[in-house]
Amino acid sequence: MSGILIRGGRLIDPARNMDGVADVYLVQGKVDGIGRNLAAPDGAMVVDASGQVVAPGLIDVHVHLREPGQEDIETIATGAMAAAAGGFSAVCAMPNTDPVTDNQAAVGFIVSRAQRAAKARVYPIGAISVGQKGKQLAEFGELVGAGAVAVSDDGKPVVSSHLMRTALEYARTFGIPVADHCEDPTLSAGGAMHEGIVSTRLGLKGIPAAAEEIMVARDILLAELTGGHVHLCHMSTRGSVELIRRAKEKGIRVTAEACPHHFSLTHERCEGYDTNAKMNPPLREPEDREAIRQGLKDGTIDVIATDHAPHHYDAKEREFDDAPNGIIGLETALGLAITELVESGLLTLPELVARMTTLPARIFNLPGGTLAVGSPADVVVFDPAIEWEVRPEQFFSKSRNTPFGGRRLRGRANVTIVRGQIAFQRPD
Amino acid sequence: MTTALGKDLLGLEYLSADQIELILDTAEPFKEVSERPIKKVPALRGKTIVNLFFEASTRTRISFEFAEKRLSADTVNVAASGSSVSKGETLVDTAKNLEAMRIDMVVIRHGSSGAAQFLGQRIRSNVINAGDGKHEHPTQALLDLLTLRDRFQRIKGLKVAICGDVLHSRVARSNIWGLLKLGAEVVVCGPATLMPRNIRDLGVTVLPRIEDAIQWADALNILRLQLERMQAGFISSLREYNRVFGVTAERLAKAPKDLLILHPGPMNRGVEIDSDVADGPFSVILPQVTNGVAIRMAVLYLLAGGSPDWAQAAGKGEGEDR
Repeated sequence: MSGILIRGGRLIDPARNMDGVADVYLVQGKVDGIGRNLAAPDGAMVVDASGQVVAPGLIDVHVHLREPGQEDIETIATGAMAAAAGGFSAVCAMPNTDPVTDNQAAVGFIVSRAQRAAKARVYPIGAISVGQKGKQLAEFGELVGAGAVAVSDDGKPVVSSHLMRTALEYARTFGIPVADHCEDPTLSAGGAMHEGIVSTRLGLKGIPAAAEEIMVARDILLAELTGGHVHLCHMSTRGSVELIRRAKEKGIRVTAEACPHHFSLTHERCEGYDTNAKMNPPLREPEDREAIRQGLKDGTIDVIATDHAPHHYDAKEREFDDAPNGIIGLETALGLAITELVESGLLTLPELVARMTTLPARIFNLPGGTLAVGSPADVVVFDPAIEWEVRPEQFFSKSRNTPFGGRRLRGRANVTIVRGQIAFQRPD
Repeated sequence: MTTALGKDLLGLEYLSADQIELILDTAEPFKEVSERPIKKVPALRGKTIVNLFFEASTRTRISFEFAEKRLSADTVNVAASGSSVSKGETLVDTAKNLEAMRIDMVVIRHGSSGAAQFLGQRIRSNVINAGDGKHEHPTQALLDLLTLRDRFQRIKGLKVAICGDVLHSRVARSNIWGLLKLGAEVVVCGPATLMPRNIRDLGVTVLPRIEDAIQWADALNILRLQLERMQAGFISSLREYNRVFGVTAERLAKAPKDLLILHPGPMNRGVEIDSDVADGPFSVILPQVTNGVAIRMAVLYLLAGGSPDWAQAAGKGEGEDR
């Protein structure tokens, strides 16, 4: 089997504190060699990466691929293709499908679909509770045995503190994180956007920041009580960042993610009732956005995740109150992160790469996230300087629901390699 | 078609002071039309208007319908129940189907904030917001402004207290924008549970006690308390609400001056307003309703491309069907 030689790029591998020009040779699904001026073995494909960054393939720990159940808006194959086009070599699929991924057969279905698609790797996340109904603990052992890498009832909060406690305790046995969607539903009920001056002006029911922070505080307390690993999904408020910062200082096993839209946009984007600005948690205030950015800088927020949430055009083409929450994110995440975080001087490129691959791999115990010799041949080659315009009609995702259409971004993946095979290569 | 008011009337937030004054001035001559034995002018002859009401409404719907008929427009009323909406048709499909029948204007009342704007962006007809969720109810605020101007001969410098459930009130939001743009001072007063977040940032003062609002104000605009707010836990009981926030004759007696009393209706007598206040000498609740027809005639007329001069002409009876 012939290999791939990636030549002349700026190799960034935060796992090994590496940042410099080097060639990478991939063969038989592994990183085979790294060095200056590697010779291309006979038959090897050569990828010219000069002027570009070569990094471990990006890993997104939070996507919704809608299959099984809503294949008209996304499938595992189209989602895995969109991921590869965005520079991701692996994504973790949330279990709020129809039926819910709450048993080993459902996990196995996702694994086999992803293998058939042969684009980005897709790791299933199992449900915390049977049917995500918040009552009975799902069979974590069987879920993990079939390939689940974490458990979550995402889409819904875990309302019962008892269930969250038992989930954290039980998950320890399998060494998996419990990922929670933090929302107190009694405070957020009926809410369509962040509660603040914009919701007041628009006459939309608001979701206060406290609805998230109450659950963040609870989950931290339960992680402390149980010693379990809680992973807090899509953090959106300054209060949450502050709570997590203090919990980490105390050594509690908490990790957290933030989404590109929460570090890019604020609630003012809801003006005009644009349903592509409707998501849960909602877009917050400028101070919240700034706190998320600082959290990404100082490590309070461990990783960037997209919460890729495809919806049908018709579903978003309606009254704001009735439109579903969420936006797609796989094909804009890298550009937004470079534009908003690196171009602004907040993060260095190696810091960004760490938050998009090294740390996601570490906290979810996934292969990849490094280009050390012998590690999986999952690689992204991206141009950090190229300027491009977001054109949703050209996305590989089946859905188009993004508030970033028409926006000019800097930085885009050109080649994504998964298991030593080219999963995506941007046409010249 | 684009007019002095733009294509649509979605809310007073989006109008300038000049545009609001234009509507009020245009309403003046139309007041007289409704006092004639033959209440009809030909200003909108040949125009087709659909009144699309997704929420129950008596006063606003009938007021719009009278305004349309007195301007000689052809009107159709569509209510959500008994239409294709109850068969699951989306708002945009309903509107596009109506438009395919070549209509000129849509008057929409809808339970979702932003519904009027949503529609206005998707159809070519002029759209008039007759109340969208908790967002705006511009013609109500315009008729409130006209009623205030009738009594005080000015809006600038007036002290108006908006009392009650501001959180859920589109009437409150439209009044706040209209009053502030025309130079009035605005207080909002009601239970803290029914005050929207950051409401002060709109430029109003919050007074938690009705007694303080009564001491301060020239006029009170008393909002309807939706009875379902009690079930939702925003207030403890109607009796308590009346005791603490009700506008009563006893409370008004302590005011330093006579206060003008407005209410958008329908009233809950004995809850937010006592009967002797509602029926008292300073109540302009029925004149508000009368002005409502003139305001809606003015809005329809201006959005149909009419100039204020024509309105005067129409008001003086020229070209009238006799």
